[in-house]
Amino acid sequence: MTDMRTVFASAASSLLDEDPLVAVVLAEISADLFAKAAARHPDRVLNVGIREQLMVSVGGGLALAGLRPIVHTYAPFLVERAFEQVKLDLSHQEARAVLVSIGASYDAARAGRTHQAPEDVALLDTLPGFAVQVPGHPDEVPGLLREAVAVLDSGSVYLRLSTESNRSALPLWPGMQVVRPGRQAVVVAVGPTLSPVLDAVGDLDVAVAYTTTVRPFDAEGLRALALSSGLAVVLVEPYLAGTSAHAVSSALAGRAFRLLSLGVGRSELRRYGTPAYHAALHGLDATGIRRSVTDFLGA
Amino acid sequence: MSRTYAELPGLMTVMTGDEKHGPSATSTLDVLWVLYDRVLRVSPDRLDDPGRDRFLLSKGHGPAAYYAVLAAKEFIPESWLAGFGSAGSRLGYHPDRTLVPGVEIASGSLGHGLPLGVGLAHGLLARGLARPRVFVLVGDAELDEGSNNEAIVYAGAAGLPNLCVIAVDNQSSSYGWGPGGIEAHFAVSGWSVTRVSGRDHASLASALGAASDRRPRLVVAAVEGKS
Repeated sequence: MTDMRTVFASAASSLLDEDPLVAVVLAEISADLFAKAAARHPDRVLNVGIREQLMVSVGGGLALAGLRPIVHTYAPFLVERAFEQVKLDLSHQEARAVLVSIGASYDAARAGRTHQAPEDVALLDTLPGFAVQVPGHPDEVPGLLREAVAVLDSGSVYLRLSTESNRSALPLWPGMQVVRPGRQAVVVAVGPTLSPVLDAVGDLDVAVAYTTTVRPFDAEGLRALALSSGLAVVLVEPYLAGTSAHAVSSALAGRAFRLLSLGVGRSELRRYGTPAYHAALHGLDATGIRRSVTDFLGA
Repeated sequence: MSRTYAELPGLMTVMTGDEKHGPSATSTLDVLWVLYDRVLRVSPDRLDDPGRDRFLLSKGHGPAAYYAVLAAKEFIPESWLAGFGSAGSRLGYHPDRTLVPGVEIASGSLGHGLPLGVGLAHGLLARGLARPRVFVLVGDAELDEGSNNEAIVYAGAAGLPNLCVIAVDNQSSSYGWGPGGIEAHFAVSGWSVTRVSGRDHASLASALGAASDRRPRLVVAAVEGKS
């Protein structure tokens, strides 16, 4: 299977061919994947070197010139290192860009903390109007990228790619998609957590919903699902645990509900190994999710 | 009614409120006037014209001179000046592009204007707009910010001929640049550089209006020190 990053580069290259206002800004990372596109469109594929602050600001400047910039690098360098540029040179200027990251929470398990960004979505969540899309399968990436570029007039979009993937893709849908029904709780699986969630809840009487769209949060969809599942919600996010807990609280405001937020923990593990090992350490593998959901149902 | 240079101090006095950066505001006064009076191809009736020049005030603190010039050139009504910094005013202690006609970027935090200007210069060229120029005003102390260094080295290598930085040098950087230091820093990255008096209108107009070669351009506008 071609990974999300490669699929993204191919889809972005097609957009560059089709739309003379689309531009790509890079900071060395993935430059090899854009070499052909850069040869065709040297004025719209810009590699600024290892300069992430400049990369984001150039995206803002391109937007001010009327272009539709796609800005791409590793998640910690895109969102955390250059956060003031994201805040001021995009959000505050009302200059819109599509930010596309790779690396996610622990794709780079062997690389250690410097290349891991489980906090990225929580940080962007502090900015008004930033849409966040978390694809769960490479086949979902081209459609989400195309949509992100198409809606730039209304706001910036963060597309969070990962080497973690579900077994199969689902059709694009802007909110919660019901994958299976159930009565005791609804488990909301974000992006690549769907396959482990389905493996985890096998015989449990819980509904499973899938979403790639984290912001804007589908409050109406969640409310409907929660009301038919005993107002018990399990949120499974592949980044910092609890990132969307406030969105669930808002969606169910005024009601007595139960919420379990699963995701990446806050403590620094200082472990290497594989992404699968890190998923297990954070309780995000099927075994860990099943243990947490069973405890939640029995509580 | 369009105003003259001699009337700018009067407009600045209208801006009551506690302007904390007085010396910074006046350090840019002559540069701003020359830009808007003699260099920039901009006007209040073509705010959204893709072919207009772009002026980015990166050093966004002490904007009284900027607002005064915008009022003098009729981008904003003079009646706005009196409310400077107040709750209902569009004119804050740092300018906001979404609130003030003619303001191209919101600024305040230092080191953002030049990197934005690099993207804007690239974007105009990518759209086939070779004529409009992008001017970015920075302060000598603002060049302390590392983000500027990213932009200086990159823009020199990219060779953006439509980009012009005006560095107002009032020798306020604590670990400052020394005589000729700012020009040397840009020149080594491939910029065309010059230094003029930041109070001499003819020299400023000549340096800022000069036809660019294939390199980005730096104009150091030297003014008296803060102390």
